[in-house]
Amino acid sequence: MAGIVSFGAYVPLYRLGREHLASTWGGSAAPGEKSVANADEDSITMGVEAATDCIRKFPKDSVDGIYFASTSPPYIEKQSASIIAAALDLREDILTADFANSMRAGTNALRAALDTVAAGSAKNILVVVSENRIPAPNSEYEPLFGDGAAAFLVGNEGVTVQVEGVQSITSEFMDLWKLPRERFQRTWEDRFVVEEGYLKIIPQAVAAFLKKSGLTVKDFNKAVFYGPDARRHGDIAKKLGVDPKTQVQDPMFDRLGNTGCAFALMMLVAALEEAKAGDRLLFVSYGDGCDVFSLKAGDNIKTAQDIRGIKKHLESKALLPNYGKYVRFRELMEWEADRRPADTSALTVLWRERNQILRFHGSKCNVCGTIQYPLQRVCAQCQAKDDYEEIRLADKIGDLFTFSMDVRAMVKDLPNVMAIVDFEIGGRFYCILTDRDPDKVEVGMKVEMTFRNLHDGSGIHNYYWKARPIRC
Amino acid sequence: MESIKDKVAIVGMGCSQFGELWNKDAEDLVIEAAYEAYADAGVGSNDIQAAWVGTQKGSTAAGTLVSPLKLKSIPVTRVENACGTGHEALRNACYGLASKSFDLVLALGVEKLKDAGFGGLGAAIGVDKWHPTVGYGTTPPGRYALAATRYFYKYGLSREEGKRTLAKISVKSHHNGARNPRAHLRREITVEQAMNAPIIAWPLGLFDACGVTDGAAAAIMCRTEDAKKYRKDYVTFKGFGAASGPGMGKILTSYDYTWWDETEFAAQQAYEQAGIKDPRAELDTVELHDCFSIAELVATESLYLCPRGKYRENIDAGTFHQEGEIPINLSGGLKSFGHPIGASGCRETYEIYKQLQGKADLPSRQLKNPRLGLAHNQGGHPGKFVCNITIVGLP
Repeated sequence: MAGIVSFGAYVPLYRLGREHLASTWGGSAAPGEKSVANADEDSITMGVEAATDCIRKFPKDSVDGIYFASTSPPYIEKQSASIIAAALDLREDILTADFANSMRAGTNALRAALDTVAAGSAKNILVVVSENRIPAPNSEYEPLFGDGAAAFLVGNEGVTVQVEGVQSITSEFMDLWKLPRERFQRTWEDRFVVEEGYLKIIPQAVAAFLKKSGLTVKDFNKAVFYGPDARRHGDIAKKLGVDPKTQVQDPMFDRLGNTGCAFALMMLVAALEEAKAGDRLLFVSYGDGCDVFSLKAGDNIKTAQDIRGIKKHLESKALLPNYGKYVRFRELMEWEADRRPADTSALTVLWRERNQILRFHGSKCNVCGTIQYPLQRVCAQCQAKDDYEEIRLADKIGDLFTFSMDVRAMVKDLPNVMAIVDFEIGGRFYCILTDRDPDKVEVGMKVEMTFRNLHDGSGIHNYYWKARPIRC
Repeated sequence: MESIKDKVAIVGMGCSQFGELWNKDAEDLVIEAAYEAYADAGVGSNDIQAAWVGTQKGSTAAGTLVSPLKLKSIPVTRVENACGTGHEALRNACYGLASKSFDLVLALGVEKLKDAGFGGLGAAIGVDKWHPTVGYGTTPPGRYALAATRYFYKYGLSREEGKRTLAKISVKSHHNGARNPRAHLRREITVEQAMNAPIIAWPLGLFDACGVTDGAAAAIMCRTEDAKKYRKDYVTFKGFGAASGPGMGKILTSYDYTWWDETEFAAQQAYEQAGIKDPRAELDTVELHDCFSIAELVATESLYLCPRGKYRENIDAGTFHQEGEIPINLSGGLKSFGHPIGASGCRETYEIYKQLQGKADLPSRQLKNPRLGLAHNQGGHPGKFVCNITIVGLP
């Protein structure tokens, strides 16, 4: 039966303490901090991170499709799932689809994946849910919204989390929306949105699901459900009649924030990281209706828990020093015109070199074995011509051979740390070091590869690989 | 393969004022350098049979050189090899004479940089094919700083010791440049100033970087047997070295960033042609490519002017100062004299030409009886250089 084979998650390194928002705009600070994507991250790159965490132990060729869900895709027209598939170096004869436009897009994708596998159309579908919403400055959402991603491999072999039942309802209820030309969300009077929508629709949907499945809330070890904020999340717990101390999965508002359509699924990953064999989870997402799942951890759940997941990613963090840095990362202001030439790109180059740019393939000489990046037609070591195999370097660890820290470069996150990385398996990569503390960069440190948006020259998201200190 | 030694002579040279020349364009610089060289050789535009012009940013040979000088419709070749452009013009002009295709030629390097509207050269200028992602974000100081970081690490210099060693190079360059009337940056600096200057690309700071400069330099050349027609104190080419590396420094792990391979290969060629066995003992003056302080350090070692890894001890001992064993960048170098990209190779040669003639503009700058000098000019970046070396001397 179709179920969850493995899961993974990603939380960006940076966090913004909410006191910075209070000191900028006034008022009292909400507690804790929220996760903030680096300037070179977006929903695609964070999705690649979560997906990597999820399928690290699986052969890439076993993935038959990617369903990507986000309300903040980097392109409004142009599929994100196909870019993620390339970055993960998956086969080309797979199914890719994007789910969007709803806070429920993540669980829509998960349901669709379960149905696809159940129908026999695919053996394994990778569901990637990622969110990088930009709240309006000084809005009620600014302290609330966080960034992050989750991923689930859905299949019918090696299932570690069984899906006992699913129920969806739809609702035309309107609470949060955005017009195509607008940058920030709109909403309605809070009392209407919460009391008539959220606090009614979830309890009704859960009650209907329980009635149909013959279960009560007491049958669940954990209830994992969406909440717009901490207080309303607590209100739902009361309405559902679950014990807030033992049964409610921590919504992480104080250290993650509301990550939109990825939020409930990130909570689910956190719950599954801690789940014991036989644990039953009530899982509820919300937005334009409601998806309710009953999930049960299998006897083999431990085998799926060896991930970075939510826990390790949350522990590994760097605090932004001030609100200005956040403003810079999210481009919330208009800046002084740059006197230097703007970045440009070329789709032709990105296309013909896609194997080395997105899939991060280098060449390994068939004659002398030397690994080289970028791909070299004539071997730099032995001059053998066109005699190499492609080798993926994205999952390789390297040592920092040397570096420089450019404080005048045209990048959002200065200093721009340029790095020479020597891979442990051989081969060298000249790249940018991201997610780094400039005071702690040193020759010899271990680094790993991460997929990022280098720049937006020519109106194209120019995705590429960077190095970062091993995260966790 | 024959050596070029003593086959071709320089009979006139000119060099424009270097600096941020807001009121001069490339045409003005070309005219200034060429007409000084004409006067020095006692010739005019109509005597020139062929020319080579080096510029990175300029237009065609016609637009850059022929148009401002109103040369007749003669063969003129534009050459470009990033920051190594100037020597390309000189070397190719020399071969044109040696082949006896021409009898009197002009080689000129020029660059007008200060119409850009920003400091520095911008990202990844002219040294690699443009690419939307590979090498993105890199800048000239960022690339050279890779060498400094690794040099410090390899030779166990603390950040403070490394920065201090580099600072001493810049102090020397500014000391020399301050006394050179045509130099761009004519201000003495102290080690502390250099060490505490704002960082450009760690570990390199403001005073580790050369000026971004407008300027031009020119040479009138003929075969040596004709040289006496123009002047008694001509100088001759003793050897050329030219090495374009395959540029695998960012690809092969064997490259270690503390050595310029292309400089070593070019030096071997040039020393062999010139018959030099012990460059440190035989050369009287050296102008080398110091776009950054670390570039001077590594080039000095790669030219065998100092044992590998021993630069610090040598600069501390004053080896490379005017009074030292082997004066380096007596002109002020690219650092202080300035670095108009296409002009620098010709400008380095101009300094040596004048020193060999005993005609340094100020007596205090004049070396005692120099006979042999080396100019080193390179384009690209650590791991991917084109290097040109020109050795000139008294006949």
